[in-house]
Amino acid sequence: MNGAQDLGGQMGFGPVAPEKDEPLFHAPWEARALAVTLAAGGMGHWSIDESRHARESLRPADYLSSSYYEIWIKGLSTLLERHGFLSAEEMASGEVSQAPAQPKRVLKAEMVPGVLAKGGPTERPATSPQRFQPGDKVRTINMNPTGHTRLPRYARAKLGTVVLVHGAHVFPDASAHGQGEQPQWLYTVEFTGPELWGKGADPTLSVSIDAWESYLEPA
Amino acid sequence: MSGHDHHHHDHEHDNHFTPIEARVKALESLMVEKGYVDPAALDVIIDTYETKVGPRNGARVVAKAWSDPAYAARLKQDATAAIAELGYTGRQGEHMVSVWNTPDEHNMVVCTLCSCYPWSVLGLPPVWYKSPPYRSRAVIDPRGVLAEFGVTLPETTRIRVWDSTAEIRYLVIPDRPAGTEGWSEERLADLVTRDAMIGTGLARQPAEVAA
Repeated sequence: MNGAQDLGGQMGFGPVAPEKDEPLFHAPWEARALAVTLAAGGMGHWSIDESRHARESLRPADYLSSSYYEIWIKGLSTLLERHGFLSAEEMASGEVSQAPAQPKRVLKAEMVPGVLAKGGPTERPATSPQRFQPGDKVRTINMNPTGHTRLPRYARAKLGTVVLVHGAHVFPDASAHGQGEQPQWLYTVEFTGPELWGKGADPTLSVSIDAWESYLEPA
Repeated sequence: MSGHDHHHHDHEHDNHFTPIEARVKALESLMVEKGYVDPAALDVIIDTYETKVGPRNGARVVAKAWSDPAYAARLKQDATAAIAELGYTGRQGEHMVSVWNTPDEHNMVVCTLCSCYPWSVLGLPPVWYKSPPYRSRAVIDPRGVLAEFGVTLPETTRIRVWDSTAEIRYLVIPDRPAGTEGWSEERLADLVTRDAMIGTGLARQPAEVAA
C-alpha cells in the first residue's frame, strides 16, 4: 500500500541525528512492547507480513508521529482484535470481558532460545522455473496495490539489473492477507542513482531492492 | 520521534503512567490473564536482546573474515552458513548476505519500508535506523547521511545501498584498517563498530583504540 511507511526518497524529515551511546530501550515499556509482540506472534495466527501490514496501515499522521514501539503496539492491537484474542473494549479498559480465544500454541520460557535461534526462514521449494539470471536487465512493474507489497514506490517502473538470486521465498503480498505463502523466486535487483532519481542524480550511487519475480518483467 | 514522554517518576500511583506505558501494561496483563503469553517467556525474550545478541557477534564475524581467507571465502559464498559456524543464527538473520567494502566501493544497508535489520549479528537496530530521516534519505542522499556520521568518501567511490525489502539481511564487511597485521581476532573485533557493519561508519583505526 502507498502508506506512510513507503519512505524511500521522501523529503523534509530532517537530520538522521544518531543518539550518542543510545540505550537499547529508552524506557522499560519498550522492552515489554518488544516482548509481547514477539510472544503474541508466537501464537502462530499471523505471519510477519501481516504484522508489517498492520503497522503500515496506521493513518499516515499517526504512523509518522508515533515512536517505533508505539507503532508496534498499535499494530499488535489491530492484530489481536482482528484475530479475536482481545476486544477493543478490553484493550481500552484493561479488564477481561470476554472468554479467551484458543491460540494454536503458546510460547513458553524454555522454548524461547530455540525459537529465536531458529527464526522464521522464508525460503521454500520452488514451484516454477527460475525466470531471471544474474546480469539480466529487468523492469519493475508499475502497480499500486491497496494491500501489502514490498515493492517501494521509488523503485516501480524502473530499469535495473539482477545481481543475486535467492531461491523461492514466501510472497508477502499474499502472506500478509491470509492467502497462503505462494512462494516466488526472489532476486536482488540493482538500479543506478540516475535511473531512480533523474539525470542529475549522483552517478556513483546504486540502490538495490529484493524483488519477487512477479514484481519484474524482462527489459 | 516520541514527544509523549511526560516523566513522573513516582510510579507508586497508576495515574502517573504515561498513556503508552498504561497501554502496554494493559496489553501484557490481558494477554497473560487469558493465557496467550507466558510471562516468564517475556523476560527471556528481553534478556536475550539485552545480553546475548548484539553487534559483538557481527564484529567477530568480520574479524574472522579479516584473519582467515578461507573463512572470508565461505562468508562470500554462503554468509548464512559461515555466520552459523560461529553460532549466530535465527530471527531476522535467517538469510544472510555479506557485502564487502573496498577502497573503491562502499556499502550501506537500509530498510526504507520498515526496520529490517540483521538482529542475529547486530542485535536490535538503533532508533535512527528505524526512523523516517534515515529510511527516506539513505537511498537518495547516502553521502549526506554519511556526512552526518562523520564519514566522507572520495567523490569517485561507488556507493551501493541495499534496501532490505525481503528477509535477506545484509552485513557490511568494512575494509580492514592498515597497521593491524598479526592482530588477534579479539583485538580486530574491537575495531569493528556497529555502524561500520550497517555502512554508516568505517572500522576504527588502531590509533583510536587502547593497545
